Amino acid sequence: MRIVPEIRSAMVLPNRIPPKNPVSTVVIYLVLVVFAVLFAMPLYVMIVTSLKSMDEIRLGHIFALPQNPTIAPWDYAWNTAASGFLNKGLKSGFWNSIKILVPSLVMSVVISSFCGYALACWHVKFGGILLSCLLLCAFIPFQIIMYPLIKMTAAVKLYNTSFGVSVIHTILALPILTMIFKNFFSSIPTDLIKASRVDGGRFLGTFVHVVLPLSPNIMIVVAIMQITGIWNDFLVGLTFGNVQAYPMTVNLNNITQTQIGVRTYDVYMAAAMLTAIPPLVIYFISGKMFIRGITAGALKG
Amino acid sequence: MAKVELKGISKVYEGGVRAVDNANITVNDQEFVVFVGPSGCGKSTTLRMVAGLEDITEGELFIDGQKMNDVPPKDRNIAMVFQNYALYPHMTVYDNMAFGLKIKKVDKAEIQRRVDEAAKILDIDKLLDRKPKALSGGQRQRVAVGRAIVRHPKVFLFDEPLSNLDAKLRVQMRAELSGIHTRLKATMIYVTHDQVEAMTMGDKIVVMKDGKIQQIGAPLYLYNHPINKFVAGFIGSPPMNFLTVKIIEKSGQIYADEGSFVLRPAAEHVEALRKYVGKEVYFGVRPEDLAYTPKASTSENDMPTSIMVIEPLGSEIHLYIKTRNQELIAKTTPNYTFHIGDEAHFNPVMEKARYFDKETELSILRDQESDK
Repeated sequence: MRIVPEIRSAMVLPNRIPPKNPVSTVVIYLVLVVFAVLFAMPLYVMIVTSLKSMDEIRLGHIFALPQNPTIAPWDYAWNTAASGFLNKGLKSGFWNSIKILVPSLVMSVVISSFCGYALACWHVKFGGILLSCLLLCAFIPFQIIMYPLIKMTAAVKLYNTSFGVSVIHTILALPILTMIFKNFFSSIPTDLIKASRVDGGRFLGTFVHVVLPLSPNIMIVVAIMQITGIWNDFLVGLTFGNVQAYPMTVNLNNITQTQIGVRTYDVYMAAAMLTAIPPLVIYFISGKMFIRGITAGALKG
Repeated sequence: MAKVELKGISKVYEGGVRAVDNANITVNDQEFVVFVGPSGCGKSTTLRMVAGLEDITEGELFIDGQKMNDVPPKDRNIAMVFQNYALYPHMTVYDNMAFGLKIKKVDKAEIQRRVDEAAKILDIDKLLDRKPKALSGGQRQRVAVGRAIVRHPKVFLFDEPLSNLDAKLRVQMRAELSGIHTRLKATMIYVTHDQVEAMTMGDKIVVMKDGKIQQIGAPLYLYNHPINKFVAGFIGSPPMNFLTVKIIEKSGQIYADEGSFVLRPAAEHVEALRKYVGKEVYFGVRPEDLAYTPKASTSENDMPTSIMVIEPLGSEIHLYIKTRNQELIAKTTPNYTFHIGDEAHFNPVMEKARYFDKETELSILRDQESDK
């Protein structure tokens, strides 16, 4: 089918040629191992530190394995650490983050895929100008529009709510996501859209029955981008969120920014790990789906 | 059963490009009409306007007497087959064919019945569970046609459906499509750039160039009575030869003077040519109307030429020949042996020759021809 090479090029699938020379094989593996160790090192330090007692940490052997591994710091970080308004650890922040993530993910993907579809597959008046505007918007730094956005959300009573944070995330993501979807949908042969129109498919029917089934890969790519981006966000959550319902990242900051008393590195590390786990899980799961999507769609045919 | 009428239809794109200019075409019920022309002539645009995939800038479109200008494609009761088949890659053959009916909420048993029927006609009943990527080009083409058939449309629209197939398959599908037309007794509009497809399949051919309709007529009528030099050169393969000749009058007789030889036009052409005495015109003669004469004849209308290229095709030989300063192609039977550089003499069949005005390129004989 004609679509296959187009999807393939959209996914950028490298042609791997295994090296024949054993020396180059050794060099390649050496480089890979060195970089893997380099990148994994901070993670390793975080994990071992989070499992140590404070006495052990004070010894300063950051690479040493814990002598008496304990999960007490994890428990403390999750359940009781002074994380903000309620001081109930990170767990409230976790659910707050979920509450922010789900609506903004759904809204941003639905709206931007729709816009991208309209711009790519249908004749939209002034579509070109719209697209240029989107491109411009995609590069405006958030800090510049933060204040007007606060005024606007306050005016519609969304300021200081979790849903307000979701709305802001959606708005901020729309330009770039719309362009990503538009570019991908443009690679779908226009004759398919026309065939669907002749077959009786309307705007929505064509989208649901023809365009979406051809787009699982781009959906996954966008989902990864959005989930990790929103989960890792700090500034939007801090400025727009409800003081009693801050996302996990803000809680994490509150825990680690204590100005008085002992710096409990074990708890800090555990808290940081807890906050980082969801995006990591997403990477592992969706990474696999991502590859499966490529092989299912592009390699055959 | 449907009649399609295009009345003064034009397509003007933003920026003022006139892709189609004042097209007037009537496609009668059950007729197979072919739009033919070189790429960019507006034939596909015209078809897409009939389909409703392209807005009509000027003029009116009627299907079955109903004005269709602002009716969306799905309500025009048409089906279209695309050049690249446009099969939905994620659906099976069955679902591809059933898609339009499912959207129309046709009863499931009825869908099954219609798909099976179409699959049988097209000999694809064993492929119904496959995805398009598991099909060959010819099979995909059949599925695309099947998708059109199941909808029982009033009008079938084909947009260069065979141009992605290899030569052999194209010949086969050509015959099959003609067969389907006879069998379904449907109105069909077919777009192609291939004049052979146009000649072999069409009841009526519409020749287009630069957005303008050049001539409409039955295949053989266009072949024998082209209205201008473009149609004459476009229809027929190898194309018609054009020699620049000067019309002269000698003791009451009209002659066409090529420079190296003189031809005497057929009696029925003399009257029209008389107006061109002293002027240059195009003398058009088809390769098959150049009769080879093994020996230089002293008779009239002898064309002395030399052979430049020989193309033996088995059943016939194409000769690229040259008069003193003009080149042309001749088609002969394989009964002779030729050598490059040899002198060869030809006798054009003067009754079949055409003459074209050098400036307007219109046929000089067109007044006579419109009567026929």
